Amino acid sequence: MTNTLHRYGNEKNLHDDFIVFAIPCRGHNDQDSVPKLKRFLLIASKHNPVNLGDGSHGGIYRPSKALNPTAHWSRDSTPDFETVIEGVTNPTTVAAVFDNKEAVDMFVAELQKEDLGLSINISALVDRAEECCQDAGIARHSVEYSLGFMGRTERLADRHVLELSTMCGHGMISFTFARKMIDWVKEGRRTPEQACNYFSRFCSCGIFNPTRAKQILEEARGRNS
Amino acid sequence: MVIDPKKCVACGNCVAVCPMGAIYIDPVKNRATVNQDECVECYACFRGMSTEHLNPGVVRTIRKLGKWFRWRFDPEPDVCPTAAITEQELVWPRIVRRAFSDPVVPHESTGVHGRGTEEVKTNDVTNRVGPDDAGFTVEFGRPTIGVRFRQIQEMTRALAAMGVEFEKRNPVTSLMADTATGKIREDILNEKILSAIVEFKTSLPNVPAILQKVKEVAARLDTVVAVGAAARCDAEGENGLEEILAREGFSFIRGKTNLGLGRASAEQSPQQVAHASAG
Repeated sequence: MTNTLHRYGNEKNLHDDFIVFAIPCRGHNDQDSVPKLKRFLLIASKHNPVNLGDGSHGGIYRPSKALNPTAHWSRDSTPDFETVIEGVTNPTTVAAVFDNKEAVDMFVAELQKEDLGLSINISALVDRAEECCQDAGIARHSVEYSLGFMGRTERLADRHVLELSTMCGHGMISFTFARKMIDWVKEGRRTPEQACNYFSRFCSCGIFNPTRAKQILEEARGRNS
Repeated sequence: MVIDPKKCVACGNCVAVCPMGAIYIDPVKNRATVNQDECVECYACFRGMSTEHLNPGVVRTIRKLGKWFRWRFDPEPDVCPTAAITEQELVWPRIVRRAFSDPVVPHESTGVHGRGTEEVKTNDVTNRVGPDDAGFTVEFGRPTIGVRFRQIQEMTRALAAMGVEFEKRNPVTSLMADTATGKIREDILNEKILSAIVEFKTSLPNVPAILQKVKEVAARLDTVVAVGAAARCDAEGENGLEEILAREGFSFIRGKTNLGLGRASAEQSPQQVAHASAG
């Protein structure tokens, strides 16, 4: 989940962006990990995550391979938590995305009690993750810091595009598509919620944060700036 | 990836979703076409887009009519109406493009999805990065710029010359012809991928020199480099890396925090140990 490390943004719009993920370690604890990964997702689903995902199969919003043409007028965008949980069939990384710290605190407390034995990480602002640890009575084991981008940074897109695109660190949300959706929202052709659903379907790990994306799109449109 | 010209209706939806900008509407054929040299086989178009299975002839006629009347056509932007995007069989060396670009394909060398690295995400189990170490992840091509292995090699050679020891369980390391020199296999040097992570650890005092070198080499590459630096915390949850990074002028507001709840399967949990002691 290095894909969550380099999310572009500022302290304000990353303040309530939390990805909690569980990862088995190959050769150490992956053999019996599938039921534990499912358990992680099941517990997470009780705390109102805004997304949930498995690194092999996707998140709660997925593309359809046999779309009915009526979808152009009424497309089903119901989050499907069950498919994500049931779909874990092999050792992989599973993640839950939250838009508030209270939910993370409750989730972490339950994970401590559950004692799955898997590595649990919080990808968020370093200070906010530390607060979560302190509230849970946990001393951080290890921290990886994002030092940002170097090199030909002039090839990067503008702020709003980067903020949206880097919410899938695997690069499945292209700059062009993010730009297109910002323009469509500005033109009133789509709502921010609809645009967020499009983005979420491209994120194949389910780590895209639609709540944050909606705020970014609204800011880009000019209402909240 | 290829687009079936018999099915494509040139709606252009796939053009915008390609992270590499490798898809365009060929003005002569009037069909979406993939620039094979730029395509990194990430499958964003194939997997990320929903598909309908409409009759291409009917769709083309309707589109022609709409175009003639200059009607604004406003379809769902993430749909291929005729399922025209088609997988192609990948052979070596092109197959490495998919391995490093499609996040749902696990890397053979590590068994991990995505970019194939565990970094300090499992450090509570492996203790790979110790109290006096700094773990580094240097990622090339992110976000959505892409990179060729030739450019990655420029960095790996520079780091190897500094005595850096590359992480063995890492997909890029597994493709090195010589880990001592950072030389990458000749036959993949021109392959373009979405991104790749070079991973290594060093001692904390070496951090400033490493960062300086990474910055220096990154400035010469025609891509973007995203750097992560990791540390093991002490019993209070503190580490010596933050101070070094701050001194070197880096801001680091975002990160990944390992809570230390993992353990190897054979080990007992703290609760089990306490229970056993009480018994």
